[in-house]
Amino acid sequence: MKQGMFTITANRRLTQNVCEMILAGDTSACQRPGQFLNIKLDGLFLRRPISVCDYDDEEIKIIYKIVGKGTRAMADMRQGQTLDVLTGLGNGYDSSKAGTSPVLIGGGVGIPPLYGLLKALQRQRAAGGLAHSESAGTEKIRVILGFNTAEEIFYQKEFEAAGAEVLLATADGSAGVKGFVTDVLAGLDYSYFYTCGPEAMFRAIERVAKTSGQYSFEERMGCGFGACMGCSCETKYGSKRICKDGPVLEREEILW
Amino acid sequence: MVNLKVKLCGIALDNPVIPASGTFGYGSEYAELYDINCLGSFSFKGTTLEPRFGNPTPRIAECPDGMINAVGLQNPGVDAVIREELPALRRIFHKPVMANVSGFSVSDYVETVAKFEADEAASSQIGWYEINISCPNVHGGGMAFGTSAQAAAEVTAAVRRTTDKPLLLKLSPNVTDITEIAGACEAAGADGISLINTLLGMRIDLKTRRPVIANKMGGFSGHAILPVALRMVWQVYEAVKIPIVGMGGVSSAEEVIEMMLAGATAVEIGAANLVDPFACKRIIEALPTVCESYGITNLEEIIGGGH
Repeated sequence: MKQGMFTITANRRLTQNVCEMILAGDTSACQRPGQFLNIKLDGLFLRRPISVCDYDDEEIKIIYKIVGKGTRAMADMRQGQTLDVLTGLGNGYDSSKAGTSPVLIGGGVGIPPLYGLLKALQRQRAAGGLAHSESAGTEKIRVILGFNTAEEIFYQKEFEAAGAEVLLATADGSAGVKGFVTDVLAGLDYSYFYTCGPEAMFRAIERVAKTSGQYSFEERMGCGFGACMGCSCETKYGSKRICKDGPVLEREEILW
Repeated sequence: MVNLKVKLCGIALDNPVIPASGTFGYGSEYAELYDINCLGSFSFKGTTLEPRFGNPTPRIAECPDGMINAVGLQNPGVDAVIREELPALRRIFHKPVMANVSGFSVSDYVETVAKFEADEAASSQIGWYEINISCPNVHGGGMAFGTSAQAAAEVTAAVRRTTDKPLLLKLSPNVTDITEIAGACEAAGADGISLINTLLGMRIDLKTRRPVIANKMGGFSGHAILPVALRMVWQVYEAVKIPIVGMGGVSSAEEVIEMMLAGATAVEIGAANLVDPFACKRIIEALPTVCESYGITNLEEIIGGGH
């Protein structure tokens, strides 16, 4: 974890209420996809935890949905403004468990961290890091993206540009498969799954998933770095802090 | 040169700044960021006889200039604290620590303290006991002892018989007359009073029309409660002769001084740590300059100076 001042270099709407913000500063504490930031905002006491979509040596990209005071304030911020940010929070996804044909499953505003994970898996595959098989490195990594309606779709093109095969599901059928991500998942074979999204989606995935996998959880947090015990959850292996021991938990340890 | 040293119940502190229990874990998260040996002392996470998972989530809610928590005394229990947490803490913090203890019966408090006392390494590490009789987030215990003068005195007297170490009783602000409780603790053998714990509060989510906190109510803390804390420290200072550890909303060097003028010998920093993990370090570093700007050369001399 590090605390640092970041400068907003871009802040744009992706849909009516989902925005993408790029923050420039010291990104050295970012270690893995699936970690998060905790952002101090004027006029609010607690920091706001937001998952990291992607990062490099200079910048961090986040995607957030406008749901309350904090995210509304963020949406109004302009290029050049600075933010006090805690970086490198949480465990993130363990990409080493992907196997030959992992599937990534994202629901709504849970989708962003899967983008960084996809890129990490692609790098790993390029470096020969995926377990060897006939198909490794030739088939595209599949990403299932779930939305309520076509108007809410974001990042489909970015995932495709990063080399993924995107499979869409919308609840109203206005794009892709009519239904939920699990309707797509049920027809696939895969070696492992990674997911982020609403808990109702997790419960549905839990019913149909054929392999091990990792879920990234959300919870109201106090500190975001493991000190206050505000976001604890019980697992098969004892109590864990979503902010520090999570937000990513393995399927085998979760108590539903 | 400004003297920041104070003496709390006979033990010298390099400065009066102490992270409050429950906001600093066992120190390791903060030790990743800075050398926590700059702290005066450190009150570790409230410990109970048995392990506790605590309350269901959500346990946290945003408030105007503050927050509500309803963690519910989550901790691994005294045996695991002695076995795992204190040895780890010894490697990152080399000064006497404040052992914060909570319970659901008088014997819970006594047995927990007795276990700390019986372990040579733990006992030598602990400078003071801070007996929490004010947790608002657990039923049938915690705050129940801190809202009755008689019960507060009973806990104090029983723990007094268990240890010779300085005994601080941590009091709840959710009472009609805090001086009565403080006086009862003093009469029963307390060496100091620690106050205030959180104020009972709640928030309601407009979308769900339900309380934000799963436990419905929780403890309100943060900058907003500073005036209430100052008032109660002031009142208790006038009512007892034993030293006071003041806390509640303190988040700057100026407010540490304000709390000491009200009567605090040492000052705990709570919710501020959660928002700014460098809060204690920043306050300690700012103290000499801020003292000088108010003509203070010896911090110890200003204790109760507002009266």
